Amino acid sequence: MNPKKTFPIGGVHPEENKLSSDKPIITFPIPKQVIIPLGQCLGAPADAIVKKGDEVKVGQIIGTAKGFISANVHSSVSGKVTKVDEIMDHTGYRKLAVFIDVEGDEWLEGIDTSDTLVKEITLSREEIINRVKDHGIVGLGGATFPTSVKLTIPKDKNAEFVLINAAECEPYLTCDNRLLLEKQNEFLVGVKILMKAVDAPKAIIGIEANKKKAAKQLHKIIKEDKYFKGIKVQLLQTKYPQGGEKQLIKACTGREVPSGKLPIETGCVVVNVASTYAIYEAVQKNKPLISRVVTVTGKSVKNPSNFMVRIGTSSTELIEAVGGLPENTTNIINGGPMMGKSVSVSEFPVIKGTSGILMMTDKEAQPRQAGNCLRCGKCVNVCPMGLEPYLLCRMAKNNMFEETEANYIMDCIECGSCEFTCPANIPLLDYIRYGKNKTGQLIRSRNQK
Amino acid sequence: MDDILLYSLIVLGVLGGILAVILYIVAQKFKVEENPLIDEVEATLSGANCGGCGFAGCRAFAEACVKSAHDKNNINGLFCTSSDMTKVAAVLGLTVEVADPTIAVVRCNGTCENAPKKTHYEGADICAFAHTLFAGTNGCPNSCLGLGDCVKKCVFGAIHIDKEKGIAVIDEDKCVGCGTCTKACPRGIIEIRPKGKNNRRVYVDCVNTEKGAITMKNCKVGCIGCQKCLKECPFEAIEMRGTLAYINADKCKSCRKCVDVCPRGSIAAVNFPPRKPKVEVESVNNESKE
Repeated sequence: MNPKKTFPIGGVHPEENKLSSDKPIITFPIPKQVIIPLGQCLGAPADAIVKKGDEVKVGQIIGTAKGFISANVHSSVSGKVTKVDEIMDHTGYRKLAVFIDVEGDEWLEGIDTSDTLVKEITLSREEIINRVKDHGIVGLGGATFPTSVKLTIPKDKNAEFVLINAAECEPYLTCDNRLLLEKQNEFLVGVKILMKAVDAPKAIIGIEANKKKAAKQLHKIIKEDKYFKGIKVQLLQTKYPQGGEKQLIKACTGREVPSGKLPIETGCVVVNVASTYAIYEAVQKNKPLISRVVTVTGKSVKNPSNFMVRIGTSSTELIEAVGGLPENTTNIINGGPMMGKSVSVSEFPVIKGTSGILMMTDKEAQPRQAGNCLRCGKCVNVCPMGLEPYLLCRMAKNNMFEETEANYIMDCIECGSCEFTCPANIPLLDYIRYGKNKTGQLIRSRNQK
Repeated sequence: MDDILLYSLIVLGVLGGILAVILYIVAQKFKVEENPLIDEVEATLSGANCGGCGFAGCRAFAEACVKSAHDKNNINGLFCTSSDMTKVAAVLGLTVEVADPTIAVVRCNGTCENAPKKTHYEGADICAFAHTLFAGTNGCPNSCLGLGDCVKKCVFGAIHIDKEKGIAVIDEDKCVGCGTCTKACPRGIIEIRPKGKNNRRVYVDCVNTEKGAITMKNCKVGCIGCQKCLKECPFEAIEMRGTLAYINADKCKSCRKCVDVCPRGSIAAVNFPPRKPKVEVESVNNESKE
């Protein structure tokens, strides 16, 4: 294996807290009722095509994608649709969702539910991309960007590398690590499928050094089996945000994505581990994205675990399964502690983007009192994009959106390193997100003219 | 030593003189002829540059007034909420009808007591940001977030966030009804309404559009869209906007019948003297039960 690499500027190293890295993935029992939100990806929510009283099977499509950046939604269980109604998601806003009462576990015909490894890729390039699109696969790292859009390479561009994001730089989360340890072969076939889909000769699996065991196993398989030729395992330094798309490209290939451009400019297509596994299942087994691995964890949680969960399972069931909500829990976070969002309701359905459910007690999540900026410049040092967070924060605060644009606010990857390191506890990222949102509106309105 | 001082004074003095002459000539040459009335009109305005008139500041409004008076011999359609329009008209030698004064109204009564907080918010104190993030600490996606975007925008200092209530409160004496706050609020809670006779006005103190059962869980005083007020109103001043009642201020005669029938207490009647005949209210309630 090659020596450790990393991105050159910025980054932080929060406590890793990978409490559940030795816990095997447990298949979570099918719940009695699932609630499947129709808006599960970045972009437009899907249109419901089922109605009350309809019988559905596992894998049946229940929502069709609306627009280019959108993804299909499939039923994760078999049973009867009780209603299509609004449900409170983790933000507290109401979104349309399909409620299904579970009856048995009957799969749609044509889906291979066996565990046998299928290595041979029979589908053509276009067929693979269509399959990925039809089966509703989105980026499972948390951003939920439709993967088919990523795999559709513009005509004038060429893909050289498939980069697999196995960094899992978020503290606490272990779902990708477990997938790599338990489903290596399936995962590697998934990488091969991706290579075929984008016509890239090489693939690099970027993996942080704290997952050495998984890295060694993958390396061994690739070395022994000629079928996986072209795939390389690249160890990366354990540093946040190593799994950021632009950071990963820089670390693995030394190339830099130009400001405002997509990764394909550098000839790279970056896909997450869980998405790669989902692509394997979709292409080789014809199985839509109906389940995912969720890490349910926290320092005071009795039994932190990794579950293979059907989409739409209630969060409370998962929390019960790890020993209930710990006393004095003040924060429940949907995702990891750095990028995840604190939820405002404790009961929400697991969706495609739910990589983890993290519970924090009042001692861990100390309420912070924001002070004044000390001008220490720590945020500038840790910004992996080389921005000046303190400046962007102040500009956004004063609604100076032309200036924020000139200072490259749109390049911010919202990793939160600045906020993590700020000694004055200023919610820098909040202000920058607000500024980004408003600057984006400004740019869009200008482009329309 | 003295020579240097002397020379400097002479050189600088001569230079200053020449430049002054050039500046004077240029100023005369490129002089912009302006109607002196504009200055006079501007002097009568409040000078707050609030933008409530629709012009880019008081100067622009004054120019528009003078232009309108010159072209059409009236200033109809031009209105500044924060100044006395009769004074503006007097300067221009015109008369103007005094329009009904308006005031901003915060249509949310989700105080800490009425809509108890369920979650805790730490983060940027910008309503527009919190609005994109979550529904609010009390769970109502239409309630006042209490972070004060409107407060920051108000040039008259007429809004503050009541710490005990946790919502925005308008100072009636200071508010001129310019409407800047209505644009600042990401949830469209603030509305400009006529001040009403003797400052008395009736309005629905809620903008919630969620279903009744959900509203009940979040707020004690949220409108549930039961339409009782709609049926009660003798002047047809109430209309339903989805599941939300809205009182049309032009038709409302401030009879307060709707206030009595509202089962949730979502309709506010402001500045009315306290009423005594409680018996009547009860009889109305009994009738409705029967």
